[in-house]
Amino acid sequence: MTIGIIDVGLGNIGSLSGALYSQGWDIELIDSPEKIKQVTHLILPGVGSFSVAMERLERSGLSKAIKFFAQDGMPILGICLGMQLLADKGVEGGLCAGLGLIHGDIRPFGVVQPFRFPHVGWNVMNKQASHPVLSGIKAGADFYFVHGYHFTVRDKSDIVGLTDYSLNFASVIANRNVLGVQFHPEKSQKNGLRLLDNFCNWSGGC
Amino acid sequence: MLKKRIIPLELLKNDRLVKSCNFSEHRDVGHPIKSSKVYSDQDADELILLNIGDGDLEFDNLVRVVGKLAFECFVPLSAGGGIRKFGDAEKLFEAGADRVVLNSACYSTPLLIKEIADEYGGQSVVVGIDVKFTNGRYLLYSNSGVIETGLTLDDHIKTVINLGAGEILIQSIDRDGMMQGLDLILLTQVLSFSSIPVIIAGGTGSFMDLKSAFDLGVDAVACGSLFNFGDNNPLRAKSFLKNYGIPLKIL
Repeated sequence: MTIGIIDVGLGNIGSLSGALYSQGWDIELIDSPEKIKQVTHLILPGVGSFSVAMERLERSGLSKAIKFFAQDGMPILGICLGMQLLADKGVEGGLCAGLGLIHGDIRPFGVVQPFRFPHVGWNVMNKQASHPVLSGIKAGADFYFVHGYHFTVRDKSDIVGLTDYSLNFASVIANRNVLGVQFHPEKSQKNGLRLLDNFCNWSGGC
Repeated sequence: MLKKRIIPLELLKNDRLVKSCNFSEHRDVGHPIKSSKVYSDQDADELILLNIGDGDLEFDNLVRVVGKLAFECFVPLSAGGGIRKFGDAEKLFEAGADRVVLNSACYSTPLLIKEIADEYGGQSVVVGIDVKFTNGRYLLYSNSGVIETGLTLDDHIKTVINLGAGEILIQSIDRDGMMQGLDLILLTQVLSFSSIPVIIAGGTGSFMDLKSAFDLGVDAVACGSLFNFGDNNPLRAKSFLKNYGIPLKIL
């Protein structure tokens, strides 16, 4: 197995690479479409703003290559911004089309007293459905979140996990071979590493 | 529910970690990578690494340390100290920082906050604010407590939030290293001015100090002396706080 990590120069793939490497996985950094042929799994990581990331994915041709990878039934994991890029559209930096791999759109958290935004820190992911990627992770485990926008799904059946912060937002979403997590598994210590392992062991089927 | 955070605050100078009193008298407290790994094992929720050296060489050193840390230590990491332009922040993100901490630049070139937030998202920008209490008011200082900026807490917090900052790190220079307790009056003011998350630093001397700050509603407490001098560590702090029902990370 080779795990591809999309690299569009938007920061921090160091921790993700380090985490996967420490668990024994082979990694390939993907900055051009040709390189996707070499991998069995694809991770779309997440630090950055929606419109800047999409612009870079389009410009590099990766946007199309990722969609083909998904169409072929290959497993894809979007992390944080990466999960949000899976949507139909986002508004950060102006209205912008996403990859459209899991239907829904990205919205900012509203002003809700006494909550402070962005949503930063450790919070619970409440399982709504079982999924191979969550195997072995006990209920009530905290994961690390740092985001100001959240994913509103079109199809409730795509929700695998919910997190409560001023509202119940989708923190884990999945549609066939495409998966998204709003938190950072590479920063979420043992449960996050378990999730990454589960993903790397998953063939994309449900 | 969102948990409270305990964050070891690490100051980097000449390749070593140091600890200060009132932002001076720096004492060596260890090796950055080794100490960070220990904190990570001790259940720290995040790490904040600040470069307090002057000049490009010291900044490059920070970038190097961040690179090593990100690859070996899987704890959320905020890094800063000496960020003057977009390229500095970019280097830190590429090295592996999750967030950057801006302080002096927020006074001289506040638009830098917006520039970084537009590219990396507002959640990636932490604004550090250092204050001294003088003649009944909190005065804001830049350049590690040397230059009085003339701004008020209220105005500066509003400005940085409007420019897209994602979190405030408020430090009391008076309380720094004293281990006599956090400045809770300062904290109360900052919490009332800020709609974004707040981390307080400066003065934690006991676990009870952490409880007092969390009871007021702060999102996180950053500690230096507490974990460097004496037998305390984040694990013990959390054991103590659990007795009072403070919500903390569960793994």
